Amino acid sequence: MPTAPDMRRTTYREALRAGLHEALKRDPRVFLMGEDVGKYGGTYAVSRGFLEEFGPERIRDTPLSESAFVGAGIGAALGGMRPIVEVMTVNFSLLALDQILNGAATLRHMSGGQFTVPLVIRMATGAGRQLAAQHSHSLEGWYAHIPGIRVLAPATLEDARGMLWSALQEPDPVIIFEHAVLYNLEGELPEDAGAVPLDRAAVRREGKDLSLIAYGGTLPKALQAAERLAAEGVAAEVLDLRSLRPLDEAAILATVGKTHRAVIVDEGWRSGSLAAEISARIMEGAFYSLDAPVQRVCSEEVPIPYARHLEEAAIPQVEDILAAAGKVLGRDA
Amino acid sequence: MNPASVLIADELGAEKVFDLLRLMLRIRRFEEKAAELYGETKIRGFLHLYIGEEAVAAGLIPYLRPEDAIVATYREHGHALVRGIPAGAIMAEMYGKQEGCSRGHGGSMHLYDAARRFYGGNAIVGGGQPIALGLALADKMQGRPNVTVCFFGEGAVAEGEFHESMNLASLWSLPVLFCCENNLYAMGTHILRSHAQTDLCLRVRSYDMEAESVDGMDVLAVAEASERLIRAVREEGRPRFVEFRTYRFRPHSMFDPDLYRDKKEIEGWKRKDPVPALIEEMRSRGWLDDARLATLEAEVAREIAEATAFAEAGTWEPVENLLQDVYAHRP
Amino acid sequence: MDKGKLVSWLVKEGDRVKKGDVIAVVETQKSAVDVEVWQDGTVEKILVQPSEADLPVGTVLALLGGDGEAAAPPAEAVPKKAPAAATRPAVAARPLPPTVPGERAKISPAARRRAEEFRLDLAKLRGSGPEGAVVLEDVEAAIAAQTPAAGLPASGAQDKQLAMRRAIAAAMEKSHREIPLYFLETLIPMERALSWMEARNRDRPPNERLLYVALLLKAVALALREVPEFNGYYLNGAFQPGPGIHLGVAVSLREGGLQAPAIHDVDQKDLSRIMAEAQGLVKRVRGGGLKGSELTDPTITVTSLGEEGVEKVFGLIYPPQVAIVGFGKVYQAPLVEEGQVVARRAITAVLSADHRANDGHRGALFLKAIQRRLQEPEKL
Repeated sequence: MPTAPDMRRTTYREALRAGLHEALKRDPRVFLMGEDVGKYGGTYAVSRGFLEEFGPERIRDTPLSESAFVGAGIGAALGGMRPIVEVMTVNFSLLALDQILNGAATLRHMSGGQFTVPLVIRMATGAGRQLAAQHSHSLEGWYAHIPGIRVLAPATLEDARGMLWSALQEPDPVIIFEHAVLYNLEGELPEDAGAVPLDRAAVRREGKDLSLIAYGGTLPKALQAAERLAAEGVAAEVLDLRSLRPLDEAAILATVGKTHRAVIVDEGWRSGSLAAEISARIMEGAFYSLDAPVQRVCSEEVPIPYARHLEEAAIPQVEDILAAAGKVLGRDA
Repeated sequence: MNPASVLIADELGAEKVFDLLRLMLRIRRFEEKAAELYGETKIRGFLHLYIGEEAVAAGLIPYLRPEDAIVATYREHGHALVRGIPAGAIMAEMYGKQEGCSRGHGGSMHLYDAARRFYGGNAIVGGGQPIALGLALADKMQGRPNVTVCFFGEGAVAEGEFHESMNLASLWSLPVLFCCENNLYAMGTHILRSHAQTDLCLRVRSYDMEAESVDGMDVLAVAEASERLIRAVREEGRPRFVEFRTYRFRPHSMFDPDLYRDKKEIEGWKRKDPVPALIEEMRSRGWLDDARLATLEAEVAREIAEATAFAEAGTWEPVENLLQDVYAHRP
Repeated sequence: MDKGKLVSWLVKEGDRVKKGDVIAVVETQKSAVDVEVWQDGTVEKILVQPSEADLPVGTVLALLGGDGEAAAPPAEAVPKKAPAAATRPAVAARPLPPTVPGERAKISPAARRRAEEFRLDLAKLRGSGPEGAVVLEDVEAAIAAQTPAAGLPASGAQDKQLAMRRAIAAAMEKSHREIPLYFLETLIPMERALSWMEARNRDRPPNERLLYVALLLKAVALALREVPEFNGYYLNGAFQPGPGIHLGVAVSLREGGLQAPAIHDVDQKDLSRIMAEAQGLVKRVRGGGLKGSELTDPTITVTSLGEEGVEKVFGLIYPPQVAIVGFGKVYQAPLVEEGQVVARRAITAVLSADHRANDGHRGALFLKAIQRRLQEPEKL
């Protein structure tokens, strides 16, 4: 494929790295801390070389003390810094949940609006690399439950590159979930790519027959499913949520208003999932537009297993999306 | 009164010692009024009184600079008062009025004041310590010579967050003074029933941090140690740990029937009550007479009456504002 | 703790008490609690006697007189609930519709609403959706089938016509009942547009020539980009922008009645394409073959009765759309050019708009935008 002169071939990892690099360059208040972000170069190699470039004051390796260093991020944000805290995976973030929920999310309100916590927390989420049940879960839906924080899920190179800077401009705490299988995602990004707005969902593919609503790691799968459906003459619209809190409810209702059929693809467990929330919002706001019951494609209700075939069976796959699409179209057997 | 405190009193002089008395008395009378108002259902929810422990906040906080930061616990009315948050704003907060120092969003356990760098009011035991680290880190990275003081009880020493924080503060050389108010009880559980090693300083020293214990029932001892330790943290840019051995005379909260300790034990500690002890010492030095004490009591009573009137006259935040302070910009 | 039992009094009326004295014992769920007095004074009156009754916290047990002052009245309690919630009824009193026993027919919510608009009997429809449910497409097909179309048996024609009449009646009744209309009109000079079109047509074979309706449609579509609040729907008490600029074109039927199917994304199409699609649409409305979705898609309607010779059209909106633009005939109007009254070709555009969704100021901008676009035909 010919490459336009201002486009550059890159990866999700590189895009994240470029975003971090820009933030560290542009704002002296920004610093990065977390486990293995410095000497090791970041678990996913996102910050390799940063320790040499920015020094140990701004690229801080932390002990394995999630609660202490996330809390220190809150304190530093209260003290006028713009910390970026990296938590290795969402499963580890549970050790810091007290700080995130009882602290970061709550301080503004509890203090009657006196304090603001401009903290950004990045963490990897999701399955697909055979890391089994303590490194593979998608718990972003839990975080999206919490008022007082923003939750983002970059699923494209553009968002990997641009969401961080926008998140740093937010006066409130922001959690960015990077799906682990996306780090090697390749594609093209304009040379001058930069900050992107945070609040709006994005239609990644237009269509009129049904809506596939996805985010993060499930977006590429939804796009593949849409491609397959197109071959069968079905035009699926693919909505990338981008922001999990707040949800862009208007975009969700608009796409359902257009297609009258919705399939939600969410790697979280079905019970009490983000998909359940979206489904409920559709019911509340677009009931009379619906032509079929909303379908959800979620993870099976099991801790993510190690064996590849079991892991694959546990999480949403393109075939599952197609089956759900068949259901809402009335084409299932 | 400890023998060494005689020398401390000499050093401080009559007026500074009188100031310490005034601070303790303000806390004592404020807390008594709060308990009374709780009985009248003016104050609801949890109410944790500081009565018996006044010497710690009164002896320490005056040695901080306005730029220094304080992180406190849910038993923090005394700390807030000494830091200078007006009694009326605290009382109004406990009433749930919007004139309260947290607009009635926090109540007794969540007093905040940004201008005075008073960061609450944390009701998760151990939860304030990581935040104190971050405040100190921000000061350090921005080259500000400030000290962060973090208060907590001995119950917090059992929390993982405590040990994570000790390690990180020492590892990163953060200017934090960790103040353990050891009142022997984590709610109703005695330290002997919750800690394998009750020498808290010994445990902290394993993090390569200097630690010492001070009689928290003696405001003069607290004052001496606080002045010295705050100065050390500021000058060395290193954290310190201090254990104030103290006791609360009241139950844990207004819900607590106090079944887990002997009334004799309470009576024994009341004999060390820091307020009469200081009054006694001052009288023996001729620094205080009945008239001056009565004047002081009247002054404190007036302040508290005014604070209560302020809270009574306060207004309820309109329900329309309910979602106002969740985000800076409502999404 | 929110209640307790008074177990005993440790004082009696007339006793002097000191701050800190324990004056009574109360039993709570957890244990016995001492009641302490907070002021020095005299017990003036004991109001509650020990009993098994539960007393709420905050109950005044006794009145205490201060030194030389009267007993303080019991203070007023904190309001338990926000005042706003106090008096509103939980739900408006309105009878609930009766529940129908037995299995409910499967009809999608979208299909049900659409059928209601057209007073269509859903029981007669066969469903093609999930689990055999009647879906929107089934309803649209049924509505379209009401149109008399070529190839239908003659015997059914009258029925079909009646059904269409009823469908129009239902839609217009709803429109008239629910939509607060306002009207704006403007006279649009057409000399430049028509001259340009005639010059363009001159070199082309008849099947590639334009009719001025194509120019009107494109001008309306481009104007809608500037004032998008006329392009869309009024639903559930709010305006909802349309997914594209899909112009419904009112086509009258020879046997009576009319339909207004959509030409999609008119703002993105060139004039030849619009012309071709408009002609195709007319053919299909009159000859059959219209797809159900074409009837439901329009985001605004355009009607032109120029052929019939009227000068102005004040249309009724097709709900849930929020506007209809009516064009009259092109005629020689007395216009003023350089101080002289001259006869020039012109057309009157009337905007009927839903005042719930938009206002006259924006409506005026919309009409002016149409007028401006028509003065630059080469850019259409």
